[in-house]
Parts: sequence; C-alpha cells; structure tokens
Amino acid sequence: MTSPLRVGVRRPPGPEPDIELWLHVPSRLDLVGEAVDLLTAQTARERESALSARQLRFHFRTALAEALANAMTYGNHLDPEKDVEVRIHVGIHQVRVEVIDDGDGFDPDGLPDPSAPENVGREQGRGLFVIRHLADEVTFNAKGNRLCLVFRGQ
Amino acid sequence: MAFSVTTDKSGVVVVAVDGQLIVGNRQDLKQKVLDALEKGGRKFVIDFTRTGYIDSSGLGVLVSLSKKIRELGGDLRLAGLNEDLQTLFELTKLDTLFSITRTPEEALAAF
Repeated sequence: MTSPLRVGVRRPPGPEPDIELWLHVPSRLDLVGEAVDLLTAQTARERESALSARQLRFHFRTALAEALANAMTYGNHLDPEKDVEVRIHVGIHQVRVEVIDDGDGFDPDGLPDPSAPENVGREQGRGLFVIRHLADEVTFNAKGNRLCLVFRGQ
Repeated sequence: MAFSVTTDKSGVVVVAVDGQLIVGNRQDLKQKVLDALEKGGRKFVIDFTRTGYIDSSGLGVLVSLSKKIRELGGDLRLAGLNEDLQTLFELTKLDTLFSITRTPEEALAAF
C-alpha cells in the first residue's frame, strides 16, 4: 500500500529564519511509527545542529509518537477521515512542534500522576506525563486541541 | 520492525523487539506472548537489545502482559534496555514494577 504521508518543507531565505516542516496524518495508529520516522529524519536533515543525536532519537521521537497517538485517539476518536496536523519549526537553537487535532480539547491538568505508587501498575495514562518529561516546554491552546512542544538544543 | 519468538532449552520464551514498541504494533507483541502462554509457556524474557524506542502504549502492554503472566503463575523479565529506554522506565517508575537485567543471558540465568 502506498503511504499517504508526505512531509512539506519551507525554507525561508537566509540563515536565521526557522525552517518549517508540516505533515498531515490520517488518524490511524498504524501510521504513527512512519510519521515519526519521516519527521525525525527530516528534522535531522534540515538543521543538524539544533538538537543532539540523543535528543532527536529519544526525547523528540518519543514525545512526538505520544502526541500523535493522543491527538488521533482522544482528539479525532480514531476517525481515519480526520487528520492530525503536525507543524515543526526547526530553528538554530531549538525545535518547536505543534500537534493539532479536530477535537474539543481536554483539561491537561486534570490527569492523575501515573508514577504515583497507586498508579504505577495501571496500563494507561502515561502519555502526557512522558511528553512533559521529555520536552523542555509543553503548552496547550485554551481549547486543548493544539499541543506545542519545544526542544532546546544542548 | 518485528518480534521474533524463540524458546530456549529450559522452556523460557524470549521475545526480541526489533525496531520499536509503540501504539501501532503493540498488539502484535501482546498476541505473540498470549499465544506462547496458551501453549504453556510461563517464563518470559522480552529482549530490547535491538529496540529503538518505546512509547507509553508499549509500556502499557508490558504492564498488561506482566499481570497476565503473573496471574498464571509465571514470570516476565525485561533485558537489554539501552540508556534511553532505561531513562523511560525510571521516569515512569516502571523500573520498580519489572525485573530488569542488563542482557537477555542474565535474565535467562536468573530463572
């Protein structure tokens, strides 16, 4: 089956402006791995110096997989007709990732701590916790359907 | 990206995760382990030596399998976590839930 995924790239002239990448991913969990691989490879290719190899391989890749799966599952209710939009701004010192779904949003502060002793044996509920530990900055828009992650170069 | 299942001479089932264990393929791993349980396997090692990354869905499936195996009187061990994966287990405190060894050989020897 041909992949529906194509990464868009905009490289404004000059050395300073952020390079912009974007990808629309149908809400199918089987596409998360491929989408993450494509975006990680393209981010590394565009501006090698922004993040370390470990930040890209671990922090960026894992947090992006979590964010995509959450947006597909809770935002778009796994409706394959609905896309999750990913926008990545690759700067010289940092990479900013926006993950946007079609959902009604949620309260990101109302989730239990999955690492608390009473929750550690639960099967679900670690996604946002993992994202918050791996990204340097995590913000939502007021509605809660646009997640913004910032990874700062070390 | 694949899971290979082997059984050593003492009956320990070793499942190697090649690539990633994430939301898109975790059910494959779950099914492979459940099939081995069905066939009577009770001692399991999941070998992450060749694993790039795991997401929270992958962690969730390991928690689920660990419970299932324990309910049946068996044991699940994890082996071969690289530095990134070790960090992930530590920050989620799952390193307190699982028995983790450096290599699959050590996990086998500990049974």
